[in-house]
Amino acid sequence: MIATHLPALQIVVPLVSAPICLLLRRSGLAWALASIVSWAALACAALLLQQVLSSGPISYHLGGWAPPWGIEYRIDAVNGFVLLIVAAIGAVVMPYARVSVAHELPEEQHATFYTALLLCLTGLLGVTITGDAFNLFVFLEISSLSSYVLIALGRDRRALTAAFQYLVMGTIGATFIVIGVGLLYMVTGTLNMLDLAERLPPMSENRTVLAAFAFLTVGAGLKLALFPLHFWLPNAYAYAPSAVTAFLAATATKVSIYILLRFFFTVFGAANTLELGTLENLLIPLGVAAILVCSTVAIFQTDVKRMLAYSSVAQVGYIVLGIGFASTTGLTAAIVHLFNHAMTKGGLFLALGCVVLRLGSARLESLEGLGRRMPLTMFAFVLGGLSLIGVPLTAGFISKWMLVQAALEQDNRFLAAAVAAVILIGSLLAIVYIWRVVEVAYFRPAPEGDGEGEIAEAPLSMLIPTWFLIGASIYFGIDTSLTLGVAKRAAELLLGGGA
Amino acid sequence: MSPESAILLSLGIPLAGAVLIALFGRRPNLREGVTLTTAALLFGTVLTLVPGIMAGGRPEATLIEMLPGLPLRFEVEPLGMLFALIASGLWIVNSIYSIGYMRANREKNQTRFYICFAIALASTMGIAFAGNMLTLFVFYEALTLSTYPLVTHKGDAAAKQGGRTYLGILLFTSIGLQLLAIIWTWQVAGTLDFTLGGILAGKAEGPVVGILLLLYIYGIGKAALMPFHRWLPAAMVAPTPVSALLHAVAVVKAGVFTVMKVVVYIFGIDLLASTGQNLWLIYLAAASILIASLVAMTKDNLKARLAYSTVSQLGYVVLGAALATSWGVIGGSMHIAMHAFGKITLFFCAGAIYTATQKTEVSELSGLGRVMPFTFGAFLIGALSIIGLPPFGGLWGKWYLALGALQAGQIAMVAVLMISSLLSIAYLMPIPIQGFFGKGNGNPGPVEIKEAPLPCLIAIGITAFGCLALFFFPDPIYQLLRPLGFNTNDP
Amino acid sequence: MDAPGLYNYWIVIVLMMTGFYVVISRGNLVKKIVGLNIFQTSVFILYITMGKVSGGTAPILAEGFETYSNPLPHVLILTAIVVGVATTALGCALVVRIKEAYGTVEEDEIQRQDDAT
Repeated sequence: MIATHLPALQIVVPLVSAPICLLLRRSGLAWALASIVSWAALACAALLLQQVLSSGPISYHLGGWAPPWGIEYRIDAVNGFVLLIVAAIGAVVMPYARVSVAHELPEEQHATFYTALLLCLTGLLGVTITGDAFNLFVFLEISSLSSYVLIALGRDRRALTAAFQYLVMGTIGATFIVIGVGLLYMVTGTLNMLDLAERLPPMSENRTVLAAFAFLTVGAGLKLALFPLHFWLPNAYAYAPSAVTAFLAATATKVSIYILLRFFFTVFGAANTLELGTLENLLIPLGVAAILVCSTVAIFQTDVKRMLAYSSVAQVGYIVLGIGFASTTGLTAAIVHLFNHAMTKGGLFLALGCVVLRLGSARLESLEGLGRRMPLTMFAFVLGGLSLIGVPLTAGFISKWMLVQAALEQDNRFLAAAVAAVILIGSLLAIVYIWRVVEVAYFRPAPEGDGEGEIAEAPLSMLIPTWFLIGASIYFGIDTSLTLGVAKRAAELLLGGGA
Repeated sequence: MSPESAILLSLGIPLAGAVLIALFGRRPNLREGVTLTTAALLFGTVLTLVPGIMAGGRPEATLIEMLPGLPLRFEVEPLGMLFALIASGLWIVNSIYSIGYMRANREKNQTRFYICFAIALASTMGIAFAGNMLTLFVFYEALTLSTYPLVTHKGDAAAKQGGRTYLGILLFTSIGLQLLAIIWTWQVAGTLDFTLGGILAGKAEGPVVGILLLLYIYGIGKAALMPFHRWLPAAMVAPTPVSALLHAVAVVKAGVFTVMKVVVYIFGIDLLASTGQNLWLIYLAAASILIASLVAMTKDNLKARLAYSTVSQLGYVVLGAALATSWGVIGGSMHIAMHAFGKITLFFCAGAIYTATQKTEVSELSGLGRVMPFTFGAFLIGALSIIGLPPFGGLWGKWYLALGALQAGQIAMVAVLMISSLLSIAYLMPIPIQGFFGKGNGNPGPVEIKEAPLPCLIAIGITAFGCLALFFFPDPIYQLLRPLGFNTNDP
Repeated sequence: MDAPGLYNYWIVIVLMMTGFYVVISRGNLVKKIVGLNIFQTSVFILYITMGKVSGGTAPILAEGFETYSNPLPHVLILTAIVVGVATTALGCALVVRIKEAYGTVEEDEIQRQDDAT
């Protein structure tokens, strides 16, 4: 019985638990409920993916109403994979949050925090799982609104302005998406994504459809921090509570990329959009710009959180580059980097959260000598950094390899060489900003007598989730059967063909 | 034990050793014992593979498939066998030396030192036994990263700066150039397995071969081909055992070994010779040999002088590969072995001198030979081997290289070999000569001068003896390397 | 084509651009929220306009009527309105907190205070 309703449970369980969390008031109870729910969501997502991989896409009719009139939840290799990522990050961040949040937020805000986090999780899972375009918008807004709340809970007062800036840009983005969906509805009369895919091809020259495509692209681009629409991201990541930064960095942009993928390839159909020729011309230059500009800007940051935030925009640039190639290898590279980056960036921000717990800030100068005082945390950071650089035996290497391979497969030899060079230059730039942190942490002596007392290693409840994600980014750099296997299936599915 | 398990044990033993060293960190004698035992076990394991290889066998072992169609695969062949033997054998000697040196100089963080050493050796074994270019690249990068803490061991500002140059150049070349070359090769050839005769024949034409070769050669930064050689002198900030490791045991050897492997097993010497794409490489190698020798002559700091000497000597190996003839390849490969013994002796002596007298500059060493006869005597032996004079092993490397040059019709290169030998006399011989016959500087220095600590002397003795022995017994090495060059149609 | 139909779409575009312009050009945070609201309202009108069927009446079943306007856009817009209200409420709450923290709701003033620290 449960098995058939798994897709609905994936959403309903976290959704219903959120207000209960608010009513529970006590921090410890709220955290416990949130943790249990997030683990249940992970189990759900894992089961769903397993089912999809073995027997093909799942179609679930919400409330028993058949599509295209009813809302359909449709899970295939693409969103099954993203579901797993989101749920996994949620499940890892929840146990971590207990100590981190207790340190960074006043007691009375804790229950609100967990409520908002559960709502955010619900929203992200909903965006991923739904097969209805407007439903996607609703869940997107649920996740966005709760993430504005989460960011605003940060200690620094600049968290408020960061949340406001994100609110304005995010709402514009979401509104663009709803305009796009509306325009599509206007010409086809349906909101179901598969139905749209069937009805759109005869109208591919229709100006309304082109306008819808434009609105959807820009809207999704705002949410995924596509260069140059990324300006909300550095502030939001820098001032939010550490657990929130880790959660959002690993999920929010990934889900927005999924929206882009879904609309580009499933709704507009590989045939349509490739004919429009926009993908290569639009995404590749933007991806290249993101990689080069943001990696360079990251080098000059004095706050490590901001540095990693700019690094995230650059990494999104890699993914967008992979999508821009619009080939099987390119999409495989993009989707596998979605996963790898989520693991790596999540782990890095969790490590930074450990640092913030002990030091109170993540400014570069305060990290002096931390390699000796918090060895496990800093070593986790170094390993995560190596994955960002793309050293072999890390997940980042796999992504870089696939991306360069996709670049070299391009017909235009000049473009191929140039883009391959950019991808590798991005790695070299990453070496510079990661090594800045390494040098400060390991080569400078710890400052004498802080007045704070002994700086000790972070507590286990925070170290274990950090090392879990970092360990995952090493593991999936060696055993890629799951990640590359699913990514390849997803890519083939998107480009038309497999399941 | 079966060859497959020997291969995997060669990686596992040093890694297990690293873990044990970490556990016994607080008990120095036990910790040092672990290092020595691990090194001995490793050498023994590597030795078991030799008979099979000499008989023509090529054992292999496959680990996990990292990328679709590209597993982490090991395959032992003569070149790798030689490299593994040198590395594992010299690790034992280097460990003996390290014990003496680190304790006498009261260095800090010794546990970290020995752990990184073990991991570096494991990476070296991985490089030696790699069966395809991906596996080699993985362990190549692992070697870079595991030697970084060794290079920056002292932890001060100079170490940090040296570490930046080291890591910067090595990672820039490997990620920016070598990785590009590897993925491109994968795309063009459809495989990355090392195959005698190369995998590019018929799949790539002249210009592509040339560009790929360029990307590979400069991408292999560890071979220190000018102008990407600056990391080698920069790495001199490290303690001497690390310098010995870098120059003789592992790092630069891994670099030229990779160059050899790429030339013989990815391109194939026939393809290179027929497309003529090796000519510019011959000239580059020759330039590197000569310019580095000239720079070495201007350096007063002993370790810096030895560093540039290494750059020059590595050029020999690259030249051997570039000549793309059977004798050239054999000569270059032999030189890997000969130079290892010679250079490690020289570095050990430099470290012994520093430990005993705190002196680092060549100009300060006059007259010291009379007080430290054993050390300076060994230095003389090492120098003669590097110069290439009998009765020391270095002669054979140059001999076969000269044959290779003649075989390729590159008479000029024979002249280059001669000139560089003369230059190496100029920068190496003054040291023992001044040491034994010089007047002495008059200032006795901060400590009472006596010979270096005993473990250091033992290590020096072993390697100096090795230089001598290799002169009289080069044949096993020659027999080992023969299949490399003589599978082709060359006479 | 009926002029009234097209007239609506012009209003949509005017409102959309006005709202967007206000968001971008005004430095006062409250005005930004106002702009955002105008922007969102234009979308509502877009949806409702497309739902109108010529000659159709309000989509409530009643005796004697054959043609009804499309109810789906109405439902979608109710949802969107709710989302808009939530966004506005959240935005206003943030503005209140910002006023408490900074003493002002002007963007440039806030920027000046941040740069000073």
